Amino acid sequence: MAQELLKVAMPKGRIYKQASKLFREAGFEIPEDFDDSRKLIIPLPEAGMEFIMAKPADVPTYVEYGAADVGVVGKDVLMEENRGVYELLDLGIARCRMSVIGLPDWKPAMHPRIATKYPNVASRYFREKGQQVEVIKLNGSIELAPLIGLADRIVDMVESGQTIRENGLTEMEKMFDVTSRLIANRVSYRLKNDTIQALCDRLQLAIERK
Amino acid sequence: MSKPKVFEKPSGVKDYLPEAASKLRAIEWNVLQCMDRWGYRQIITPTIEYYDTVGAASSTANERLFKLLDNKGTTLVLRSEMTAPIARVVSSLLKDEALPLRLSHHSNVFRAIEEEAGREAEFFQTGVELVGDGSAEADAEVVALAAACLKAAGVNQFKIALGHIGFLNGLLNFHLSDRSEDEHVLKQYLLQRDYVGYRHYLRSLPLSTEAKEELESILRLRGGQGVIMEAEQLAKDDQAKASIRHLGEVWDALQAYDVIDQVQIDLTMIGNFSYYTGLIFEGYAAELGFPVCSGGRYDNLLAQFGRPAPATGFALATNRIMQVTADHAEEKSYRVLVIYNAANRTQAIQAALNFREKHGYAVETQYVGEAQLPDSISVNDNQTYLYHGNVYDDILRFDN
Repeated sequence: MAQELLKVAMPKGRIYKQASKLFREAGFEIPEDFDDSRKLIIPLPEAGMEFIMAKPADVPTYVEYGAADVGVVGKDVLMEENRGVYELLDLGIARCRMSVIGLPDWKPAMHPRIATKYPNVASRYFREKGQQVEVIKLNGSIELAPLIGLADRIVDMVESGQTIRENGLTEMEKMFDVTSRLIANRVSYRLKNDTIQALCDRLQLAIERK
Repeated sequence: MSKPKVFEKPSGVKDYLPEAASKLRAIEWNVLQCMDRWGYRQIITPTIEYYDTVGAASSTANERLFKLLDNKGTTLVLRSEMTAPIARVVSSLLKDEALPLRLSHHSNVFRAIEEEAGREAEFFQTGVELVGDGSAEADAEVVALAAACLKAAGVNQFKIALGHIGFLNGLLNFHLSDRSEDEHVLKQYLLQRDYVGYRHYLRSLPLSTEAKEELESILRLRGGQGVIMEAEQLAKDDQAKASIRHLGEVWDALQAYDVIDQVQIDLTMIGNFSYYTGLIFEGYAAELGFPVCSGGRYDNLLAQFGRPAPATGFALATNRIMQVTADHAEEKSYRVLVIYNAANRTQAIQAALNFREKHGYAVETQYVGEAQLPDSISVNDNQTYLYHGNVYDDILRFDN
């Protein structure tokens, strides 16, 4: 049991680079740059881990079902997916915010429509604000929606705000801050308590050093 | 939705084919036997109950209850767990029976259908309820029985985590006595297992640094007996102190049961606050992402049915356990085929009855036409017989 590798679900792409850097700063031996390789499962015996390269939105699913013991995932995905996992640590990476965005001359619409990649997040937010809106799920290029009249506002992640400005849109309100989190499976968190707690502590130290 | 195709069934329900069914039955039988040896008597309650009684009292969230209407428009539920129905029985049909009562149950339970794999709408639970004993000894008995049942079910590697509702309640209440709103928010974070949110919210509160550190340190209260001592340092109010003392007593009793190796303390584990009242626990098996067992003390439930009494119990998720136990090597019965024609019918059927009753063989009979000899019997390497795709240990012919 002692030699068993901890299965870590890692998000492919943008967040991976920052996450693997943080793991290295925490003293785990992780070679640089194999995120462009096509391998999906990467054993890292020196670090006592095995990376499972997943689509970011799927990371909580792998962890909930126990296919991975722990995972790294953005708070945006956690809010949208609402999975039964432990949220252990704020890794402080991939920092951005979830916002409501619209055209600068936006006026309250008779039948408000919101386009987003995050239908659950958007529905919940507007419901709590006491507004009934129609939510349209899109898979990308959300900024298009208000420009072509598909929706009067969008809910999306904003990092620098450049894409929004370039498309002549404006950030109307910030909903919440987003960073990446370390999550754990309910059973792994108990059965592999020592390993996972040690991982948490080392990452925590690396974050505090920054 | 379009009309279902003929092979489809509602999502979240399963068929169990002969092998799986016999495996499930074997687990169920072994576990019920184990409970029986501990003095728990099995009862069976109905599949449907009233929403306003058992439904409202159950620990299942309202939106997850499988609801139906009867022909008078009364809302019914398919039972979502067995504790509330048993509380109803204990308070009505068994109201004159002396406490403590030890009852066991095995049944299928239901949840509202959700469109996702692994979100089961029907599953099996085998469990016990110990009603009328509020002592640490009773808590320990139930935990030790859970361990014995997991062993009996064939789960080799498992851990049971113990927590206590009263400790967290007491601690939060002590530090946030005049801020019940904040206390509620913090509990919600813990319930959702969102430790990041918990820490973040806690740091934003106008509390002393010491209080914040103490409330944050509970997130680390997991491990062996040492945790009980750590928690004692944190416990300042009577409720938290009493809870930790109680947990210590349970731990000592569990040592007598010799199950300490399978048990750990986890004070971060919290169940439904409005339902559980004391010691709670969950069982985990290696190689399975979801708990295989959960239970705890619920001293307020029986009062809702008019017979206030302390109670504790647990349920095993029998169909999850099935996924981690080896295929059961239970001896298969000796399988015999009797082939007969009209002329020899009486003789053949008497022989079949004889084999079933005297020898306990599994005997199938096959009628063949008058002059039609079965030419399709072949002998396998391992001395079994093959007839029309089925394997038999022996074939007897009464057809000539």
